[in-house]
Amino acid sequence: MQLNVKFFASLAEQTGTRQMTLRGTHLSNVLEVWNQATAEKPLPQNTLCAINCVHASFKDPVHDGDEVAFFPPVTGG
Amino acid sequence: MAVSLCAEPFDPWLTLAQHAASLRKGDHGACASFIGTMRDTNLGDAVQSLTLEHYPEMTQHYLESLTDQAVNRWQLNHSLIIHRYGQILPGDTIVLIAAWSAHRAEAFEACRYMIEELKARAPFWKKEITQNGERWLHDAPSS
Repeated sequence: MQLNVKFFASLAEQTGTRQMTLRGTHLSNVLEVWNQATAEKPLPQNTLCAINCVHASFKDPVHDGDEVAFFPPVTGG
Repeated sequence: MAVSLCAEPFDPWLTLAQHAASLRKGDHGACASFIGTMRDTNLGDAVQSLTLEHYPEMTQHYLESLTDQAVNRWQLNHSLIIHRYGQILPGDTIVLIAAWSAHRAEAFEACRYMIEELKARAPFWKKEITQNGERWLHDAPSS
């Protein structure tokens, strides 16, 4: 299994990375991706996520080749 | 329908006029627009500039989806969203939204819908630069 993982804004600063590739381990949902990508850092309150550029929940399944993104509450406009 | 992300400052009034001029005359009876502009104070502090980060692929996808929703729901003739990213200075336009429809109610409602949804869900993040340093707006106590 291979996943492309991205972090944005303050989460990129907190995790010390903007992008990584996870290979090998089978991960079943977004929360498992967070735990694997961050070495099980606590999930900051109100963190949002997306799969393949679509808003998702942490229980949503992930599949080989997916891009999973983590980001804080949005503040556009 | 037009969506664009813009790294450089733009004149919203000129942009709106140019876009309107490109539309077929007579096919719409109303246009409602919203322009969001950067203020020089926030949360009691002077703000020198802000950096607007975004998730480029998702932003484009999300805004196109948002305009599709608005066009279908209110039967719009045309819509426009232009959003800045990168470094922004006080007075700069951050976002321009416009909706053209046959009648005013649909234009008003669609324009309001697009800005409210954009603010709630579009993947942008503001980092303010103040005299006391930098801060992410989503981390601010009353953002």
